[in-house]
Amino acid sequence: MVGLAIHLAGFLAATLGTPIGKGLVYGLAAIGPGIGIGILMGKSVEAMARQPEAAGVVRGVMFIGIGLIEALALFGFVLSFIIT
Amino acid sequence: MISGLLASAFERPTTKDFVWSCWFGKAPWCYNFIFFLLTIVFVTFVLLFWFAFRRPKVVPGKFQFIMESGMEFVRQQVVMSMIGPEGLPFLALLATFFFFILLGNILEITPFVMFPLNSRIGFPIVLAVISWVTYNVVGIRRQGFFGYMKLVLFPPGVPRALQPFIALIEFISVILVRPLTLSVRLFANMVAGHFLLAVFFLGSIALFTGFPYILGAVSFAMGTVLIGFELFVAVLQAFIFSVLSASYIAGAMATEH
Repeated sequence: MVGLAIHLAGFLAATLGTPIGKGLVYGLAAIGPGIGIGILMGKSVEAMARQPEAAGVVRGVMFIGIGLIEALALFGFVLSFIIT
Repeated sequence: MISGLLASAFERPTTKDFVWSCWFGKAPWCYNFIFFLLTIVFVTFVLLFWFAFRRPKVVPGKFQFIMESGMEFVRQQVVMSMIGPEGLPFLALLATFFFFILLGNILEITPFVMFPLNSRIGFPIVLAVISWVTYNVVGIRRQGFFGYMKLVLFPPGVPRALQPFIALIEFISVILVRPLTLSVRLFANMVAGHFLLAVFFLGSIALFTGFPYILGAVSFAMGTVLIGFELFVAVLQAFIFSVLSASYIAGAMATEH
């Protein structure tokens, strides 16, 4: 496991600055926010289905949450251009 | 041969697409395309509000009704739902954020312009700094400097042993990272949107000149769909920026319980 991690780190270090590295930076940055937005949307739909009268409130809070999570993925997007 | 043709026709969009040369004036302070767009947004902004609310009628006409529902949206969804009635003094600021960002973003899908104003980091940074100064000044005015620091650094219900770490994390997240995320969120969304549109439309041009013409049609259709998506993103980003500013102001106004 440790050996695999070292190999992976070496691979990342070797690819940084190449187009592959830039793609990897964005791809890795998108994993967490992807899971996060999945959970967020799923829970929001669940809440709206359970309590349709609260749908407006839930939708508003959901968009704020999307905005907060999305920023993390976009940091990776910007970073992939900054790396040269 | 086909790949050579494609490679010659397809211009890969790069970050250089966001840099524009001067029209007149000297390098750091000159009038270029970006400044021209800013002029468009400013004039549109002033004209919209001037013509809508110049002679307001009790029974509004179509145009006044559209602008009034825009202001009503900001008032209800942003101010009242995030801060409550005591946030109404900030309605002007938050509505300005909303409409300025909206107009700047809409330029991304306006024919013959197709360039989002907020994809230049300067505009989001200035907006985020205005928001940062506002919520800090409001907090310091309402609670006093030490009261505000106490509110920011020591949220209630934290175990004593964890308090130094929480204080450090809260300081970084509230004072340092908030303006950064506010500006980068808007900026990166617009850059990504511009790249997406550029890839699909330049790609469709390249594919139409190459062998599999049908793929050019597919790419063009995808780009057309993405224009609708970018309209959604433009409105969403304007909304999120003003809502988050409102929620930061609300957090700074909150009294201890």
